[in-house]
Amino acid sequence: MAEPLLVIEQLVKRFGGLVATDAVSLELPAGELHAVIGPNGAGKTTLIAQLAGELMPDAGTVRFAGEDVTRLAPYARARRGLARSFQITSVFREFTALDNVALAVQAHAGHSFRFWRPARAEAALREPARAILAEVGLEGREEVPAATLAHGEKRALEIALALAARPRLLLLDEPTAGMGSEDSARMVRLLATLKGRLTILLIEHDMDAVFALADRITVLVYGRVIATGAPQAIRANAEVRQAYLGEESAP
Amino acid sequence: MPLGRRALTVAVGAVALAAIPPIAVALGQPFYLDLFTRILIFAIAALSLDLILGYGGMVSFGHAAYLGIGAYAVGILSHYGLTDGVLHFAVAILASALAALVIGAISLRTSGVYFIMITLAFTQMIYFLGVSLNVYGGDDGMNITAHSDFGGVLELDNASVLYYVTFAALLLFYFAGRRLVGSRFGMVIRGAKSNERRMASIGFATFRYKLAAFVISGAMCGVAGALLANLTLFVSPSIMHWTRSGEVMVMVILGGMGTLFGPALGAVAYLLLEHVLSGLTQHWQVVLGPILVLVVLFARRGVFGLFAGPTEARRG
Amino acid sequence: MQPLLVLEQGLNGVQFGIMLFLMAAGLTLVFGIMNLINLAHGSFYMIGAYVSAWVFQASGSFLLGIAAAIPAALLVGIAVEVGVFRALYTREHLDQVLATFGLILFFNEMVRIIWGPTALYASIPRFLSGQVELLPGVPYPAFRLAIILVGLAVALLLYLLVAKTRLGMLIRAGASNRVMVGALGVNVRLLYTFVFALGAALAAFSGLMAGPIFTVESGMGESVLILAFVVIVIGGIGSIRGAFVASLLVGIVDTMGRAFLRPLLATVMAPAAADNTGPALASMLIYILMATVLFFRPQGLFPPRGR
Repeated sequence: MAEPLLVIEQLVKRFGGLVATDAVSLELPAGELHAVIGPNGAGKTTLIAQLAGELMPDAGTVRFAGEDVTRLAPYARARRGLARSFQITSVFREFTALDNVALAVQAHAGHSFRFWRPARAEAALREPARAILAEVGLEGREEVPAATLAHGEKRALEIALALAARPRLLLLDEPTAGMGSEDSARMVRLLATLKGRLTILLIEHDMDAVFALADRITVLVYGRVIATGAPQAIRANAEVRQAYLGEESAP
Repeated sequence: MPLGRRALTVAVGAVALAAIPPIAVALGQPFYLDLFTRILIFAIAALSLDLILGYGGMVSFGHAAYLGIGAYAVGILSHYGLTDGVLHFAVAILASALAALVIGAISLRTSGVYFIMITLAFTQMIYFLGVSLNVYGGDDGMNITAHSDFGGVLELDNASVLYYVTFAALLLFYFAGRRLVGSRFGMVIRGAKSNERRMASIGFATFRYKLAAFVISGAMCGVAGALLANLTLFVSPSIMHWTRSGEVMVMVILGGMGTLFGPALGAVAYLLLEHVLSGLTQHWQVVLGPILVLVVLFARRGVFGLFAGPTEARRG
Repeated sequence: MQPLLVLEQGLNGVQFGIMLFLMAAGLTLVFGIMNLINLAHGSFYMIGAYVSAWVFQASGSFLLGIAAAIPAALLVGIAVEVGVFRALYTREHLDQVLATFGLILFFNEMVRIIWGPTALYASIPRFLSGQVELLPGVPYPAFRLAIILVGLAVALLLYLLVAKTRLGMLIRAGASNRVMVGALGVNVRLLYTFVFALGAALAAFSGLMAGPIFTVESGMGESVLILAFVVIVIGGIGSIRGAFVASLLVGIVDTMGRAFLRPLLATVMAPAAADNTGPALASMLIYILMATVLFFRPQGLFPPRGR
């Protein structure tokens, strides 16, 4: 059997006296949608930062597609097919939605030392960008400046930027953050369409989304993995229930 | 349409500027020809800064250094009797590009406050280099005995010819700049200004692109420096003092940054203001300083923002 | 190269470094806590030099000069902080750069209006004008020694303030995380004004000590300012300890470089060549140092934690 697409082994990250990531190990086979849940302060964002390359772990390794990427810079990981979305929307506010995604497409469409031809005229960039915008439900909103999009639309754009690289692994940091129930449901439907085509590591607070989508779930508490397994097993796990007592669903 | 309004402003401005030499000659006021040549030279410098500042978000204090390098290239070569115009400008461009490459390679490893101060420090260093090179006049500067010689094709010692050459250079850089900011390269630079972190996470190694922009900007400013040397026939380290960089920055902001044409307007506004105020009082800077503070506090989008409308002053 | 000369230049380097430290300490605090670029910091240095020189000339008392210069700088500092900087804290660095650039133009010209365009003469006070024998046969100017001692004393006081008092704790906390300090209910406005005023006073103090050694003229603040920037970049923005180490380093390297590079080069190349490259290289030495430090540690030698 082939090595899993993502292998995290004994990852450790300390901030002074605080152990934010405590010997976390995880394996993601290709095609799986794996959710990581945990109470606030569990170290989920720190974990994503280390997977994305923004933070260097103190110990442990991250292997992606058989390659050790532990010390690789974020842009190098993106080029290898590891894309990520941000919990707090991080798009190009002054650009239109289409310009946003076209730029992300551009990152994987050869070099950008082209000084003369208008990028906006390049069909090789615009067409895929349109397609991705349609995929995330932003058809018709292409020419809207990202800053004026509604919150739910911004979150969709967030995903679109990550999808533009046609990645093999998608790290999603709370895609439904700040969304109302209608927007959340739409996001869950979108993620469901991606399931299977991509490998997804999903950080989420929204338990409905998690149980609707996840093939397997890992529970993180104080930086430590306390349980990994199928959704039903996690639901029944006593330790997990205790960790979540009073925190059934996200605020 | 905003596009039409911008194009109109540019066209009107270009026509007005093209008319300066005949008007100056007709009025018998050659001084104004010199003044406007100087304005155009600084317009080029400001435009080059706008590329990396307005579009790239790189607050660089380096442009006085590139002006100086370009000017000294002409001065030093002339000092040794080498007056060929192509040589002058080629060296000016290469030397300032090289300086920008070295300065950029070091400065762009940092960002924010560090970046600004490092570019400031490097400019100061180049200034001191100029001061300490006594063989080229040191602090007093040196005269340039001959213009850049283009072998009869362009007589740069003719004030009108120099003006039109400078004007042509400005137009060339403006149109090339417009293509540049709309190209793939330009989008990367603008993206890096908008959200550096996201650029990295979508797969761009932005350093190399920012460095390239830095070099292009420096080289362009070097051309302005070479033209300046031809205008004044004198070079001194005062061209390279960091406060000169500050002035160019003011022109970019005053005119409207991120527009490429705004900086030209800014150069006109700033240098005309300086000219008028210094005619009124030798202490004109005591007025200009507070004006600047007020502009920053209350009128950030600059002159171009007023003419061309709010949608244009915002990059889109 | 006599050892005595080396010692003397070394001490001059320390003295210069101490003066740089006083400038840099204020700057690094202001950057570190308020995230504010203040190009006009050199103006406080200049105001300190001008006021003390002028009052000293008029009254004959150096101490009176000090007593006038510090409050003058404080007054201007507070006026500028309340009037201009309060609006700038939330703005981009570029806006701060431009506005403070405007302030430099204003102050430099103002000084010319009040005291004229020629340099002001600042004499060394009589009680410090002699030489002191540090060791038998090792004389050193008393004034420069006084700068070193007083400067070290101020550095010590600053260290005590920042490391040992509650106020200092707030300052250090602010350097790491501004927003949290505000969220904890601290009167951030007052804290900012205090830090800013402290920086201005330190700069003015440096200026009034510099007056008798360097010329008191319009624009004198800017060259020191850039060196102070280099110092805090090398030392790490927001770090007083970093500023101290870096200022001594910069002071010594700069002074020794200017004194000894040319003779050193003259041993390996023709005197005429050394005459040109010596001073040129000496003036570039600091920046080469800065570039080298940055290459290996872009955040400086002692960046405050949390950055």
